[in-house]
Amino acid sequence: MIERRIKVLIAKPGLDGHDRGAKVLARGLRDEGFEVVYTGLRQTPEMIASAALQEDADVVGLSILSGAHMTLVPRVCRMLRDEGLGDVLVTVGGIIPDDDIAALREAGVDRVFGPGTTIGEVAEYLRDNVRPRESA
Amino acid sequence: MTAADRGAELAERVRAGDRRTLARLLTEIENRSAVAESALRVLYPVVGGAHLVGITGAPGAGKSTLVAALARAVRSTGRPAAVLAIDPSSPITGGAILGDRIRMQEHAGDRDVFIRSMASRGHAGGLAAASVDAAAALDAAGFPIVFMETVGAGQSEVEVASIADTTVVVEAPEMGDEVQAIKAGLLEVADIVVVTKGDRPGAQRTAAQLRAMLTVGATDEAEAIRRAEAGGRRRPKRPQVLLVTAPTNDGVPELLAALDRRAAGRDTAMLQPARLARAAAQLDAVMAERLRARIRDGRHRHRIDALLVAIAGHELDPYAAADRVMAILDGDEPANDAEPDRPAADRA
Repeated sequence: MIERRIKVLIAKPGLDGHDRGAKVLARGLRDEGFEVVYTGLRQTPEMIASAALQEDADVVGLSILSGAHMTLVPRVCRMLRDEGLGDVLVTVGGIIPDDDIAALREAGVDRVFGPGTTIGEVAEYLRDNVRPRESA
Repeated sequence: MTAADRGAELAERVRAGDRRTLARLLTEIENRSAVAESALRVLYPVVGGAHLVGITGAPGAGKSTLVAALARAVRSTGRPAAVLAIDPSSPITGGAILGDRIRMQEHAGDRDVFIRSMASRGHAGGLAAASVDAAAALDAAGFPIVFMETVGAGQSEVEVASIADTTVVVEAPEMGDEVQAIKAGLLEVADIVVVTKGDRPGAQRTAAQLRAMLTVGATDEAEAIRRAEAGGRRRPKRPQVLLVTAPTNDGVPELLAALDRRAAGRDTAMLQPARLARAAAQLDAVMAERLRARIRDGRHRHRIDALLVAIAGHELDPYAAADRVMAILDGDEPANDAEPDRPAADRA
């Protein structure tokens, strides 16, 4: 038996091609001891849900800068639930107006991280809130 | 629920084709848990049908792109395909970036391509155990072919050859001169050598050089077999060299055909040496895990720590220390799987 590692899937849904933020976070979480799956750009909600299932991800982190979050994020959350992944922690980072946060949380997002969030804050949040595993 | 019950339950659901449970079992396998061990004990007798293909080569040689193309070729024949993509863990923090899916996006919506990233986690020999077990789980879930993509290999990372049925070594064009091709190491364990990026200048020449150098100075095959057997050595492999341009599919059907020819010969002598080598690697890995677990056991920690201090201080040589460790373990009770510090009711 070896120590459990928290597995984080980082995905960019939709069409924006700016993934510096996603890569910085992936690298930062690696240094915090997480196993980070980076799936690349232009993911559909179906692709993200399917990858989360195959990877048995503990966390799905969505990075969106395009403004399409109100369309894409609820679909990702719904598909995760449809795949039986309702216990996966969902976080969103990028440019999300404060007014949208309540609706995103309603849709199933556990936490929205805005500009200025540190890697340490994200790591601490994930460690504290990740689902427990049923078997040791 | 005990680990044994939960393992048996996972095994049954994996066999029934439940992909969510398969993903969960793979996590248990990565964690080397008691649940994984129980599930594998149930599954082992009923698996062995899948063709386990190891794909290795230097970082950036094109392994992930080649695996994506191979999965596409397998799908075009109507079969499902599984991919285990291994990337390195940080030796400092234990974290990892698993980036192989980026090259495999075309398969993301296809339920019959199961892609799983694994971090190497750096435990000596343990990766072999975890990846063989993961391949067995994928086999049990009904995947007839499992591609195992290794971390980017240097000249001597030959572990994959000890566990795969077929080892494919990937070489990018212009990566070295002719002498590189006859050095001992990675190329020697290849059953098939693939030169990737076949549309690049120099790709044809690299393939031609590899073909020439992999046979230069080698004796006639029948003679080589006779001499190796007479000397009690394993006989050198004679890999086929194929040129592939994965994005355009050039050479990919030929590569899959070569793999399928080997799989078809699986019951014959062709793959038997690979399977015996894998059995040896599995037994070694599990024995090593069990020994390490016993050494780390709380009962022995003080004595082992004292031995480590003595070795570090050059008061004791590591060989004598190893003898003492073996003596300590020999003194264990035979049935000693549970920790002695806890009452029996807490076990299991």
